Amino acid sequence: MPLTMKKLAEVFTDRETGLTQGHRMCPGCAAPMTVKIVLMVAKALGYEPVIGFATGCMEVSSTIFPFTSWSVPYIHNAFENVAATISGVETAYRALKKAGKIPSDKKYAFIAFGGDGGTYDIGLQALSGALERGHKMLYVLYDNEGYMNTGNQRSGSTPPGADTTTAPVGKAVAGKLQLKKNIVEIVAAHENVYAATVTPGEPMDFINKVEKALQFDGPAFIASLSPCVRFWRIDENKSVDITKLAVQTKYWPLYEVERGVYRVTRKPTSFKPVAEFVKAQGRFRLLLQRPDAEQIINELQNYVDRRWERLLAFEEATKDKPVR
Amino acid sequence: METKNLMAITGAEAAAYAMKQIEPDVVAAYPITPQTPIVEYFAKYVADGEVRTEMIPVESEHSAMSAVVGAAAAGARAMTATSAQGLALMSEIVYIASSLRLPIVMGLVNRALSAPINIHCDHSDAMMVRDSGWIQLFCEDAQEVYDLTILAVRLAEHDDVRLPVMVNQDGFIISHGVEPVEVLPDDVVKKFVGELKPIYPLLDTDHPVTYGALDLYDYYFEHKRQQIEAMKHAYRVFPQIAEEFYKISGRKYDYVEPYRMEDAEYVMVALGSSNGTIKDVVDEMRSEGKKVGLLKIWMFRPFPKPEIQRYLTARKAVVVLDRAASFGAEAPLYEAVKSALYEVAVRPLMGSFVYGLGGRDLKPEHVRYAFERAMALDLVADREEYLGLRE
Repeated sequence: MPLTMKKLAEVFTDRETGLTQGHRMCPGCAAPMTVKIVLMVAKALGYEPVIGFATGCMEVSSTIFPFTSWSVPYIHNAFENVAATISGVETAYRALKKAGKIPSDKKYAFIAFGGDGGTYDIGLQALSGALERGHKMLYVLYDNEGYMNTGNQRSGSTPPGADTTTAPVGKAVAGKLQLKKNIVEIVAAHENVYAATVTPGEPMDFINKVEKALQFDGPAFIASLSPCVRFWRIDENKSVDITKLAVQTKYWPLYEVERGVYRVTRKPTSFKPVAEFVKAQGRFRLLLQRPDAEQIINELQNYVDRRWERLLAFEEATKDKPVR
Repeated sequence: METKNLMAITGAEAAAYAMKQIEPDVVAAYPITPQTPIVEYFAKYVADGEVRTEMIPVESEHSAMSAVVGAAAAGARAMTATSAQGLALMSEIVYIASSLRLPIVMGLVNRALSAPINIHCDHSDAMMVRDSGWIQLFCEDAQEVYDLTILAVRLAEHDDVRLPVMVNQDGFIISHGVEPVEVLPDDVVKKFVGELKPIYPLLDTDHPVTYGALDLYDYYFEHKRQQIEAMKHAYRVFPQIAEEFYKISGRKYDYVEPYRMEDAEYVMVALGSSNGTIKDVVDEMRSEGKKVGLLKIWMFRPFPKPEIQRYLTARKAVVVLDRAASFGAEAPLYEAVKSALYEVAVRPLMGSFVYGLGGRDLKPEHVRYAFERAMALDLVADREEYLGLRE
């Protein structure tokens, strides 16, 4: 029976999720929500989570020595290598199990968390290596679209027109001009994987995908759109709403790719223009003051429309045709 | 020890064979010349089912060290090997491995660092990570590679130490040269290394721990101080482990190996394979009645300062041979030896010779030349000189 919100709420009334109170993330940040949903699903399914974390906001604010917010085993190694680190942990598990050195009745879930910087950019190689080698792990990307830990620098995930400190919107240049890197397609191209997008604003979809990812026989990847209230310049109570808007504007389509088979998991009957998503955030304020704002937003609209059409076409074309 | 089991193998195979007998839980590695044969031999052992080790053929050295860190933290005995650029790429995680106090053993097949690109031996790679908190052992030949790889496991995993160990062998000179190596029976090695007793393993989910916390100015310094202390423990326990190894092998290791040192007035100090050449020259010069000797360094980190002082005090002259340069400063081994001798009662005259960069041969005549300069007392402590260099 698939997990439900009700079931999760029941299970965790008197149980720890694995991430305790007292961490020092900003109020309203979506990253701890992302982490908690993943941990709750894992625990509710009877897994013992073992966590690897890439350097980033969530890492620095949950483990300030001598404190830790983690009541499950946790390792942080460096910025770009969480996929390789968790590869080592998962391999150690297989080796020790084979040697009879650890109890074989325990059901472990090896889960790596990384931000967009440590995933789209500097950590892409380690992620690709781990996916290709087929480690049984779940990699969760919390995508806040920039290097927020170090103060809002651009990343390969930053959308065009967002104001960041290393690609600021200025008099001559409208900030970062490139589109977001399509990380899910890069991951899905490893073929023998499960890859999906989620947001904390659509928790049931999120829960179902984590369940599927944990039970997938091979590496799984989940990308969670995870707003940074500080640098997206939104109110502290708006991070969930903004992710819903991201889905409604096709900015962040919810879908999954299982061994090459696409499935769009949310198909809104009507869409809102992507301009609504842009205008709801202060990080685009400077863009909106520029004369070319309309053109940049139109280009973004054009891109999300086309991508949506392609997704539907992929879904149709790949139905019952797994690559492996 | 009644029947000697001799194999004609290279240094690389000696390292791989020791790893096979140690049978670590996890080996993660990436090929790089001249380390490659180590991972190739080991991959074959895995492919043939001769070891139960899980091997991770990673996509880079950075991931090799990262995966080994993950595996060691999980509670596994984990090993890897590399050379030069590979070590440079993994160096960020090399520091993390020692700072997380993970007992990893790594074979380092010494090779010159780029640029210009060069695949041959020098010690610039090892010296690059001199201060990374790893124990560093240097081998003269394939026998020492085999022995010290086995010994390193015990040293790394000692309760009072818990630090990673790097076993250095000279690229191509040792790694690709075939030599007779006396190997121990599998069960003797297994018994000597014993079972790893993991401390705070990640896989113990009943006792969850956090590895790699954020450490600000209120604790970082104290943790570094603990690493400094662990190195002192490594220095203290090394002779005990070497003694145990002597009992199973008949081969005695120490921080340093004094060679014809009893009455030596002119002493050479060196690391690695060049010690073999130097021993030959010492023998030759001794037969000519010259009072020369050699102090070979097995353990470079922690640096065996008391032994250096004890062996070198009151000699007439000491020449230090370095296979690495330190740009803008004195060569690393020379600097360490000279610094140690600041405190002795009677300081010898000192000379620094850099040799063999990028695989340039160290010829017996070079060694003899350095000794002759020492015997003529024609040395200037502050002047770095070069052997076998066109100038």
